Amino acid sequence: MMFEGFMVNAWEVASIVAVVAGVVGFFTVLRGAAFAAHSIPNGSFAGAAGASLVGLGTLFGLGVFAFAGALGIGLLGRRGRHDAVTALMLVMMLALGALFVSFSSEYAPEVYSLLFGEVLGISANAVLPTLLLGILCLLVVAILYRPLMLSSALPEVGEARGISAFAMELAFLGVLALATTMTVPVVGTLLIFSLMIGAPAAARSFTDRPAVAMALSVAFALAIVWFAIAASYETNWPVGFFVGTASAAAFVLGRVWAYARARMGRRPSARPSPS
Amino acid sequence: MSEAVLTVEGLGVRIAGRQVLDGVDFAIAPGEFTGLIGSNGAGKTTLFRAILGLQRPTSGRVLLGGRPRSRRGAGIGYVPQKFLLDPDLPLRGRDLVALGFDAGRLGPSTRLRRRRAAVEEALAAVDAEAFADTRVGRLSGGEQQRILIAHALISRPRLLLADEPLANLDLRSAQEVVSLLARVCREQGVAVLISAHEINPLLPVMDRIVYLAHGRAASGTSEEVIRADVLSRLYGHHVDVIDVHGRVLIVAGAGDDADLAGCEETVEHTEVIQ
Repeated sequence: MMFEGFMVNAWEVASIVAVVAGVVGFFTVLRGAAFAAHSIPNGSFAGAAGASLVGLGTLFGLGVFAFAGALGIGLLGRRGRHDAVTALMLVMMLALGALFVSFSSEYAPEVYSLLFGEVLGISANAVLPTLLLGILCLLVVAILYRPLMLSSALPEVGEARGISAFAMELAFLGVLALATTMTVPVVGTLLIFSLMIGAPAAARSFTDRPAVAMALSVAFALAIVWFAIAASYETNWPVGFFVGTASAAAFVLGRVWAYARARMGRRPSARPSPS
Repeated sequence: MSEAVLTVEGLGVRIAGRQVLDGVDFAIAPGEFTGLIGSNGAGKTTLFRAILGLQRPTSGRVLLGGRPRSRRGAGIGYVPQKFLLDPDLPLRGRDLVALGFDAGRLGPSTRLRRRRAAVEEALAAVDAEAFADTRVGRLSGGEQQRILIAHALISRPRLLLADEPLANLDLRSAQEVVSLLARVCREQGVAVLISAHEINPLLPVMDRIVYLAHGRAASGTSEEVIRADVLSRLYGHHVDVIDVHGRVLIVAGAGDDADLAGCEETVEHTEVIQ
């Protein structure tokens, strides 16, 4: 059955991952940091490959590379635009990954699963570390919520109030690296990216309120993941296919909604706010 | 002037070998409306950055309330010149104003009720209630500016800095912003320092003027500063001040036969400085 045995682990872990992706993704989309959210998970795969080569835990290698990538993007991209620096960090880490994989004698299925995830094959002892890292991630976001929000929307105003845009950028990339480390072993680098962008990008089409948008983002991420697991279980098609297409579908749905709303000529919060 | 909100003493700033500001002196009393006037590149934004603590002075100092700044940005509200608000940003005007209440603090908000009241008050102070529930990115430039002023006011600053709020506004919108800031200055008792490259829209409301040219400043009332001798000393060459029906034209070069015809529309004409 879909809700028995090893599948219980899959539901639990995927739900934790979805909540984290919804929250972290909210700020990723807000800050226009989708490229960093693509590069850090993809680059960190190289760390896992390297760690398995020298006999260290893949989670360790993943974490080291995720944080190194975040730090590199943050420090090198300190002035001006981020994109070239982010691309170079990604390329460099992928190059290392190619090298590490070529060194390993057999084609490591573990590394392959890092790219595409192994939601249906999650073991019980993966639940606790995922939960702890997830809580840590949410805790950091809760602490930084207000300064990060202001710095993301109006960096120069934040600076004037003593909120360093650079410090906020580093902190955000750190959270992204943390989220990467905990989510990649579960859903893979490609899927965490679609989950982190699709759900929050869709959410902001439905509401003008930041707190509601974040809650919706989490709800969409959960719905996408649950649907993907169920569909994958029933069809035997890869989870990644369903996560990716459902994320894109949610985004399109949001755009259609926003368009219809604009055509109707009313803004969603045109009613007076309760105060 | 120990009770001055802001005191700038012999402020000099050198950036990449260029002396951007040189011995700038002025003080602003509580509740005063001050215009910081200067053409593009005169050092207005650098002066603002130094006041906000974002630019380290190479000489001189900036005092807030007679004391060196304790922490960055404390007691100062700031409205930047250029800001870009993403139309997809899920943030209403009132949410952005609310962020001004306690954005510097960590952790979840604990004073929600007080914050809500403060948001209403700040929105009312800038007449922004009508569009406070619309996404900030969808508002017009003038409406966004009002929201940003409310955002700055909610932290109850003693000094409000507005960097070129009149740039890119038509004459009527510019007058609206000026009268709004003048009203805020009076009603909230907050000192306002506003930078502009054109002096005329501000002439009716300024208590004090800080005129910046080539990194140096002259300050006082507009009668004290907008004079041929004072401005000639500042520019380092002769300039004339011409009064045209209450509007001021500042014209460079005595023997240049400055052609004033049609210059009322083209204030940035090379020979007409203001």
